[in-house]
Amino acid sequence: MRKVLVANRGEIALRVIRACRELGLGSVAVYSTADEQALHVRVADEAVCIGPPHARESYLDGGAVLRAAREAGADAVHPGYGFLAENARFAAACRAAGLVFVGPAPELIEEMGDKAKARRRARDAGVPTVPGTDELASVDEALESAAAIGYPVMVKAVAGGGGRGIRTASEPDELRSVVVDAAREAEAAFGDGSFYLERLLPDARHVEVQVLGDEHGNMIHLYERECSLQRRRQKVLEEAPSPVLDSAAREAIAADALRLARAVGYTGAGTLEFLLDRAGSFHFIEMNTRIQVEHPVTEMVVGVDIVKEQLRVAAGERLGVVQDEVAVRGAAIEFRINAEDPERRFLPSPGEITALELPGGPGVRVDTAVFAGYRIPPFYDSLIAKLIVWDRTREEAMARGERALSELRIEGVKTTVPLHLGLLSDGLFRAGDYHVDFLESKLGH
Amino acid sequence: MANRAVKSPLPGTFYRRANPQADPFVSEGDRVEPGDVVGLVEIMKNFHEITSEEAGTVERFLVENEDLIEAGQNLIVLSD
Repeated sequence: MRKVLVANRGEIALRVIRACRELGLGSVAVYSTADEQALHVRVADEAVCIGPPHARESYLDGGAVLRAAREAGADAVHPGYGFLAENARFAAACRAAGLVFVGPAPELIEEMGDKAKARRRARDAGVPTVPGTDELASVDEALESAAAIGYPVMVKAVAGGGGRGIRTASEPDELRSVVVDAAREAEAAFGDGSFYLERLLPDARHVEVQVLGDEHGNMIHLYERECSLQRRRQKVLEEAPSPVLDSAAREAIAADALRLARAVGYTGAGTLEFLLDRAGSFHFIEMNTRIQVEHPVTEMVVGVDIVKEQLRVAAGERLGVVQDEVAVRGAAIEFRINAEDPERRFLPSPGEITALELPGGPGVRVDTAVFAGYRIPPFYDSLIAKLIVWDRTREEAMARGERALSELRIEGVKTTVPLHLGLLSDGLFRAGDYHVDFLESKLGH
Repeated sequence: MANRAVKSPLPGTFYRRANPQADPFVSEGDRVEPGDVVGLVEIMKNFHEITSEEAGTVERFLVENEDLIEAGQNLIVLSD
């Protein structure tokens, strides 16, 4: 493996290009015509235009990405997150074209991407899941199952993910209409209308475990991330470690994640998502077979470069770290800076960044691909920067976060910086006392 | 009264249908009332409904389905 095509854009493309450079690998950026000025295009060794602005005609066009790889003579493809990252057909097409796909085998992406199958694999591995069903096909089946599970229930698309394809119902009549809508929506969005039910766990927390596996039978975990601060099922702020797990619970959830990852023969970087209920029990919900947006908080507390490990594993090498070397040190918080207007119900705010000053100093990391004079295109995600802070304790990390956010100056577009400052002055957040519905109720949704 | 226009509050991609299989929200000759949805704008992976602020009859579209539009751009001409 000598030259890696990075099939993504924005901060994650830059993140992968940086890891390639540090490992002595060549990098090839791809870009749409809306991204000609983008930083990932300039920073990569080479860049190939793959189509017009709309993602389905460029970043989601697997054929165009493969042609770019051939043209540039790349021998591997890193998909980043989103776009083609969890597309089993694309991973298989890479393999068929003789390219290394930086991620697990297509069969594994497919199996874990089917949320109902992933639940079954978890149960088989002895990992607790949220009370629920296998895939269902009819309203009658749903009503019967919901009566057994107990309301309220969540209706989830088997092919869903990233917080999409999820609805809730608190009684049979609501379930009846929700199931019809959910099936239709899932069919339109994912080409697969099948769904399953899970009991809605009130005031649950979202805790996920990072794992890494290689082709030599080594599998390790890098402990957990707390991702309960969400708005419309999108994560807003993440931290590591979780402020509520004691060391016994921390080891237990990590051990369960590792057992499931081993059971499926996972390779590369993956994340197992769990819900932690009010009683302190955790339940597996799904697995992400790719790098996550929030991976830096883990990197900050365990000192492992997850993207470099992905590339090592893809090249057939052994993991560069063993489990005994993995220890959590201090606390890290990631603030997602989105081009959205918190004053106007988080309406997207694309446009030109007229001035930009990034924070620095000890324990501060900024992953971004924007610069002063950059025009944020309206076609893609609103995430423009990730500000990650680390310090010895959570208390100190919060102070550092406040300090770094106050140094950050972005002009020309609205951002979610005020939201983060508000969280840092919220007593419940500061106490670590929050769950997945906390932010929306705080915002009055 | 003179012709009036429905504008988009946001930049992005304009759609005349809720999904590719659906009928257009409105067509030429249709009557619209204040608050009626006349299109969608896709911006940063989010869809926002474009509603008419006034009552009127759709005279013509100034943009095509999937056109890129600017904030404040006139999309539809309404007549009485």
